[in-house]
Amino acid sequence: MPFNQKHLLGIEHLSPSEITTLLEAGESFLEISTREVKKVPIFRGKTIVNLFFEPSTRTRSSFELAAKRLSSDILNFSSQSSSVVKGESLKDTVRNLEAMNVDTLIIRHSCSGAPHYVTTFCQSHVINAGDGPHEHPTQALLDAFTIKQEKKKLENLKVVIVGDILHSRVARSNIFLLTKLGAHVVLVGPPSLVPVEFKKFGVDIDYNLDRALEKADVIMMLRIQSERQQKNYFPSIREYINLYSLNPKRYRRAKKDAIIMHPGPINRGVELSTDLADSAKSMILKQVEHGIAIRMAVLYLLMGGKEREIID
Amino acid sequence: MEDKTKEKVKARVMDSRKIKRVLHRMTTEIIEHNRNLKNLVIVGIRTRGIYLGKRISAQIKEMENIEIPVGVLDITLYRDDFSELESQHMVKKTEINFSVANKDILLVDDVLFTGRTIRAAMDSIIDLGRPQTIQLLILIDRGHRELPIRAHYVGKFLPTSKREIVHVRLKEIDDKDEVLISEPTGIK
Repeated sequence: MPFNQKHLLGIEHLSPSEITTLLEAGESFLEISTREVKKVPIFRGKTIVNLFFEPSTRTRSSFELAAKRLSSDILNFSSQSSSVVKGESLKDTVRNLEAMNVDTLIIRHSCSGAPHYVTTFCQSHVINAGDGPHEHPTQALLDAFTIKQEKKKLENLKVVIVGDILHSRVARSNIFLLTKLGAHVVLVGPPSLVPVEFKKFGVDIDYNLDRALEKADVIMMLRIQSERQQKNYFPSIREYINLYSLNPKRYRRAKKDAIIMHPGPINRGVELSTDLADSAKSMILKQVEHGIAIRMAVLYLLMGGKEREIID
Repeated sequence: MEDKTKEKVKARVMDSRKIKRVLHRMTTEIIEHNRNLKNLVIVGIRTRGIYLGKRISAQIKEMENIEIPVGVLDITLYRDDFSELESQHMVKKTEINFSVANKDILLVDDVLFTGRTIRAAMDSIIDLGRPQTIQLLILIDRGHRELPIRAHYVGKFLPTSKREIVHVRLKEIDDKDEVLISEPTGIK
């Protein structure tokens, strides 16, 4: 199982075996966060930078804890309090940070392809922590990891992804990952937010949530990304809730043991009812817990070993 | 871990019967040395230390009727040569489902060579808690120590040259029990 990547820019170009390697490594790291001393010394003396040009709670703190639990130093950079507000470009910002001898850059940016662009001129490892509506690879990995922990497999599961597919990097990365590992993905939402072009990724599209939920193993709810919407994609929030919100009555159409996932932040009462979000079927906090293990695994596999051939 | 370069087997130093006898002798030594056996726990170092540890635990059960728990330790994240490694080691699970605090730990591995693995294992265990003692059991001590580390229980001292490779095979994963010395036949 080789893992020959210097960067993690997206799921699209990873092979199924590389994804499996990442998920398996995640299992080994899960236990570390349950120890009394939640730290292993492997990355002592390494420096990782959280370079966030967009707001984030979960991803940024998750990467920060993952790095710290591997004993790396971490620098938190947020654009609002940096020279970016004085007009410094992305390239200059990265080159200046690199001059401080850092090893890995974790980048979140509102432009698709920004992390990829950074790899064209920098020596460090680059991890995409969300680039515009394009990809959010570690979120898809932790989602798949959570499904695997609960369902023991991914093949032939019916995964329904509901909501603002058009603007969602989480949906894109999940579609790539889940289809590569043999799950059956159904996208649901208003036609304006679920482009038919997505069919070429090997998924099904349904505009009727009640119908799509039949026999579902996993229900993944997404937030309406109002910050990325320039115009109105649906007539009213009320109509959206009527048609696409997950409530207990709708949930009963899915399989008895169906799990509910959400990448966060949740808009309670919009895409997901409060009682479901806090129910035993909700994996939302498990996803957050697993996020640290998966990000430790990603850092370990990218930064470890010179030629990155894996020995058992 | 299989070496990719070709090697020639020079000698078969132990077979199944010898390994069995040696483990029996070391178990007796453990029982003799640990007056309070109930405070003993075994930690096997991945991969073959686990199976040796389980065999010793079974033997103690047979001889003294005391159940000794066996934990599994993966030392990859404690290696001191991580940045220089040519290839990457897959991290496997550490599974120690008991508290190590105030316990007598019997650390078990197949081959003792430079001593660096044992240093990493001790650091790892101490991060899990403060044991009363740590004892070391080794099937083959092949010399060439780079750190001041010595085993309490040694199956066999086996003087080797640094070029030679010692293979411990155990039937739980390798189909048969044996210890081989081989030498790479490639470029010297």
